[in-house]
Amino acid sequence: MLKSCVVSKPVIEKWRSSPPPPNPVLLSSVFGGRSKGITRHVHLALQVWRSAQGWLEAIASSGAGDQNLFTSIYPTLSQQLPREPMEWRRSYGRAPKMIHLESNFVQFKEELLPKEGNKALLTFPFLHIYWTECCDTEVYKATVKDDLTKWQNVLKAHSSVDWLIVVVENDAKKKNKTNILPRTSIVDKIRNDFCNKQSDRCVVLSDPLKDSSRTQESWNAFLTKLRTLLLMSFTKNLGKFEDDMRTLREKRTEPGWSFCEYFMVQEELAFVFEMLQQFEDALVQYDELDALFSQYVVNFGAGDGANWLTFFCQPVKSWNGLVLRKPIDMEKRELIQRQEATLLDLRSYLFSRQCTLLLFLQRPWEVAQRALELLHSCVQELKLLEVSVPPGALDCWVFLSCLEVLQRIEGCCDRAQIDSNIAHTVGLWSYATEKLKALGYLCGLVSEKGPNSEDLNRTVDLLAGLGAERPETANTAQSPYKKLREALSSVEAFEKHYLDLSHATIEMYTSIGRIRSAKFVGKDLAEFYMRKRSPQKAETYLQGALKNYLAEGWALPVTHTRKQLAECQKHLGQLENYLQTSSLLASDCHLTQEERAHFCQEILSFANQQVDSPGHRVLLPMHSFAQLRDLHFDPSNAVVHAGGILSVEITLYSQMPIPVHMDQIAVNVHFNIEKNSYRKTAEWLTKHKTSNGIINFPAETSLFPASQNSSPGLELSEMFERSPSDNSLNTTGIICRNVHMLLRRQEGSSSLETPSGVALEDGAHVLRCHSVTLQPGTNKVAFRTQAKEPGTYTLRQLCASVGPVWFVLPHIYPIVQYDVYSQEPQLHVEPLADSLLAGIPQKVKFTVTTGHYTVKNGDSLQLSNVEAMLILCQAENRATIFSNSREESSVASLRIQSSDKVTSIGLPAVPAYHVIEFELEVLSLPSASAAMGERGIQGTPELHRKQKDRQKSGHCMVTTDHKVSIDCPWSIYSTVIALTFSVPFRTTHSLLSSGTRKYVQVCVQNLSELDFQLSDSSLTDTGDTADLQLTPLNPQCEQHIHSKQSVFFVWELQWTQEPPPALCCQFSVGFCPASEEQLSISLKPYTYEFQLENFFTLYTVNAEISPPVGAEYCRTGSLCSLEVSITRLTDLLEVDKDEALTESDEYFSTKLMYEVVDNSSNWAVCGKSCGVVSMPVAARATHRVHMEVMPLFAGYLPLPDVRLFKYLPHHSAHSSQLDADSWIENDSLSVDKHPDDQLDCSSVRSRGSVASAASSEHKGLPMPRLQALPAGQVFNSSTGMQVLVIPSQDDHVLEVSVT
Amino acid sequence: MAVCIAVIAKENYPLYIRSTPMESELKFHYMVHTSLDVVDEKISTMGKALVDQRELYLGLLYPTEDYKMFRKLHNSYTDVMCNPFYNPGDRIQSRAFDSMVTSMMIQVC
Repeated sequence: MLKSCVVSKPVIEKWRSSPPPPNPVLLSSVFGGRSKGITRHVHLALQVWRSAQGWLEAIASSGAGDQNLFTSIYPTLSQQLPREPMEWRRSYGRAPKMIHLESNFVQFKEELLPKEGNKALLTFPFLHIYWTECCDTEVYKATVKDDLTKWQNVLKAHSSVDWLIVVVENDAKKKNKTNILPRTSIVDKIRNDFCNKQSDRCVVLSDPLKDSSRTQESWNAFLTKLRTLLLMSFTKNLGKFEDDMRTLREKRTEPGWSFCEYFMVQEELAFVFEMLQQFEDALVQYDELDALFSQYVVNFGAGDGANWLTFFCQPVKSWNGLVLRKPIDMEKRELIQRQEATLLDLRSYLFSRQCTLLLFLQRPWEVAQRALELLHSCVQELKLLEVSVPPGALDCWVFLSCLEVLQRIEGCCDRAQIDSNIAHTVGLWSYATEKLKALGYLCGLVSEKGPNSEDLNRTVDLLAGLGAERPETANTAQSPYKKLREALSSVEAFEKHYLDLSHATIEMYTSIGRIRSAKFVGKDLAEFYMRKRSPQKAETYLQGALKNYLAEGWALPVTHTRKQLAECQKHLGQLENYLQTSSLLASDCHLTQEERAHFCQEILSFANQQVDSPGHRVLLPMHSFAQLRDLHFDPSNAVVHAGGILSVEITLYSQMPIPVHMDQIAVNVHFNIEKNSYRKTAEWLTKHKTSNGIINFPAETSLFPASQNSSPGLELSEMFERSPSDNSLNTTGIICRNVHMLLRRQEGSSSLETPSGVALEDGAHVLRCHSVTLQPGTNKVAFRTQAKEPGTYTLRQLCASVGPVWFVLPHIYPIVQYDVYSQEPQLHVEPLADSLLAGIPQKVKFTVTTGHYTVKNGDSLQLSNVEAMLILCQAENRATIFSNSREESSVASLRIQSSDKVTSIGLPAVPAYHVIEFELEVLSLPSASAAMGERGIQGTPELHRKQKDRQKSGHCMVTTDHKVSIDCPWSIYSTVIALTFSVPFRTTHSLLSSGTRKYVQVCVQNLSELDFQLSDSSLTDTGDTADLQLTPLNPQCEQHIHSKQSVFFVWELQWTQEPPPALCCQFSVGFCPASEEQLSISLKPYTYEFQLENFFTLYTVNAEISPPVGAEYCRTGSLCSLEVSITRLTDLLEVDKDEALTESDEYFSTKLMYEVVDNSSNWAVCGKSCGVVSMPVAARATHRVHMEVMPLFAGYLPLPDVRLFKYLPHHSAHSSQLDADSWIENDSLSVDKHPDDQLDCSSVRSRGSVASAASSEHKGLPMPRLQALPAGQVFNSSTGMQVLVIPSQDDHVLEVSVT
Repeated sequence: MAVCIAVIAKENYPLYIRSTPMESELKFHYMVHTSLDVVDEKISTMGKALVDQRELYLGLLYPTEDYKMFRKLHNSYTDVMCNPFYNPGDRIQSRAFDSMVTSMMIQVC
């Protein structure tokens, strides 16, 4: 086995160096056999061959027999064998593979047969072949048989069952020999003698050197057989090997088991797979070894140590890194074999093999990844095994290894591939950078002064551990070894190498988007620069990293980086930046109290130093120094009148660790005149009250990324710009009030670090507070100011200054404003209720808004008295006084003095911007003319119509306006105030007749919402006519009149002598609100005046319907007679003297027209329904008219109406439109309804003629006119009478069309 | 062994972070932060390749020779998220979560 290894080594190495091999290469050793005699034993050895199309497999076989014969056949054999692929079936469910077989043939030697327990697989003879061309039985018996028997025995002794006997036939030979037996006989003999049951173990090859179809056929059969047997043997032996190996592995818990021994065995398998081009399988072997070892180390760490492991715990003496340029590092392999390898040796060797295989598999990126894992795990394993390692040795090893891996990968990939796979290699770059940095620090190469002697000693020790450079890299200029030596040689060289590596790493990280990693490396670089005293270079990296940490909200890294940055800025002399960073650090809760106090002190000491140079200011953002928590206005609604005192209290949360004495704290205020701002009116003041006047500010959450905190909503407001000249609207728009919040740059963290973002506003209005000491935590700072100019004041900035250092909060958000207003004094008078009612006492509220006027003692309101309105002075009048914000109130008494013309109200003394409120009772007297606008039923038509309109639009009350002029002490002008009173009642009257008896009815309607008590109703004749008597028919007691209800009063009119043509009456009733118990003053009664005319009866009309002669009842459809009798009751009176009156010989007569109208269509009037009669003006004069009517329905039917008109001649001189109007109004309906009748009437022909009658008069045409008799002059005695009509017996249907 | 456990928000800021040797807290913060590079990378490639398949374990995130880091405390995190009073995005201050993390750390150390 040893020998085989020695033999195989150069072959493997040769092959490894030029992968993949283009030609078959001999792998296994060739064994010579016995050379004496004619027979030769030939061992076929393992071969690996690779063709363009894929895998070929190799097989070893051994041959015996004729050497010459074999030599002649060998070229063909070796050429033909790999030509056809074979299927390789494998154990344990592994996928079968098609492989091509190629073999190495070696001469047979007994001593080279493997002995029992041999684990060498590489040199294993898989098949033994015996070659013979014997065709002579004699020869066979004499020599060949013996030879075969010996051969078989040797094989049996070594329990090898894989053999084959080949009989080569040669026609030429046969011909030469005459006494030859048929060739089959030899073959049969051999089969008989040696192949008991395995007849296939003997094959014939015919004329192998000829070119004939028979030869070809024979070759094919032979080759197939050969392949099958070779593969069978290979599979069997490989399986056996694997089984043996597993068995060995299972023994690993036994004492004395050696990992190194096992390693060699499993590696043998790996070699075989590798030679078979099964790199995947080969890799698995190494990975298994790797895992096994790792597990042992972990177990060792857990206290379960294996003996053999202690060997790996020897101190590390050499740290020359991985060697990946050779396929097999024989040096290390031998160390393992000799069990002298250290942990690093073993790991290095194992990884170099894995690397080689991975590169064959074309997975260079996995190499990089595994390398990083390996380096990490090696470092950990050494720690775990407590191996003593000189300081820096591991760093050297790791650095060299990283570079070696990177160079190895670069060696087998092109640039583009490398560039696109940076992600895999960058970890190694970064690791190498880190290690070089560590070495630099260790060897004193980073310090300012350079290395000291101790450092130099250490460096020398480290370099010694590297040993000499390996021969394979000796010629490479940039070998890891050379790099490390150079880097450690001088400060300058180290800097160059370190910067190169760092920059390369940062660049690579950046290019693949691993920004955070890049920043992290950058931070290391910054640290290096700080050590090298080049803070300007460090700053960029620190800022970059800080920005990243801030953006993602990593508190601890932010703090740490800031601390570094602060130092850097201090060195650079960036004063403002340093102070700002200091303020941030002083408020940083992740630092210790001492550190924070230190940074705070830095700011304060700077502030104290600079006292002498005034004017210079350092502006710093406020948020790190202190936070504005809330703000409180007093008055709480933040509105003050001009001259008033406003106080603002703010709560500042100081984030400094120590008390800080501030020179001043100031709030910059922006002033804006907003004209007519509603907010500043007293009305607004009283209606809007902020709950407590505290405005809270959201806490700054600077450490959260911006995306997390939902940005504040838009705060929009409308904007109007008016032209200054005429106040017309110029522009309008919407402005966003919190743009600064919304449009903050997302990368805004940089501006947080530089104070350029803070600008101090210069405002004329500043609230100041001097000399304040801010304790750590919550502080309250109060500002007081006297309001001056009216307008809106917006708090813009908050600044706190100590010396030249100003901490500025550039925007106060949410917007905080206060308003200052000034107000003119005002008087406001309004009724307490919805409307004032006339006639009863009503309350009126006076409101005096003093505004800027101060009411002095003796100031009074002078009210000019109005006749019809009384101001009722109560015994005690009280006024309530409020401040404008309604916060305080007091009560003062009022002095009210009334004279004839003026009522004077003495106001109490009240300061400016207060409100005085008091109530007065007023009483509107019912003035005869105004209140009683209605004059009887025949009043002016305008009024009449107006009333109708009012009734339609609801129950509107008649109103009266009273204008009061008031002189106010603050003005030279009088204020005129109109008070409107409504009359609560509406009254109507009517005249009722019964024959000649007359009654007056008065209806009082309550339109108001109040209930009233009515009393003492009376009706008087204002004309004071003699012997006229008005007898009340009303109950004497008081009457209640509810809201929206009516009460009727009736009087009978009686006279003894001739009554006057007209009668003037006055109705009067006392009233008072029903609810009120006692009124202080007596109220005037409600009066109503009206006039009655023509109120006595001149004519009575009597109608009578009688059934036809002989019938008892009227029947429907049959004509009945209607008798109308008109009787004059009096002799000639004044009222009769009009145009219709004619006189002849002391005999007076007048013309009347009658008309029978049935509005309910119960009757059909047959014949003339109207007619003109000449009526003698004398008592008892009667006129009778007979006409026929027909009932249309059965039942009790009311009689048709009979109407009387005065029939005026056309030449009437004073015919007026008035009369025509009234005529139309009274009679149009009846005329309308009887167009038929009108045909018979000479005066009224049709509906249209009515209008023409009126209009024709204007034209002067001679047309008679009708005038209705006043209601009082005609009494219809048959009104209300009914006649019984029975249905006609024959059910004739009478069709009546009623229009 | 767990020496540092961190729960990171979608926006890459720490919701929760704790480490056992308090002296090296800063180092862990840096480390966790830097490992977010790899998390980002893995998540973005995962999003492309397998939308549904949620491989919760992301593997090695930060190459370090000192520790092996892992992220697997999903259940407890889910509990925190189920708390109706927890506002997603806030830093985790749950006592239960904290004690769970402590137990995870102690168990193996």
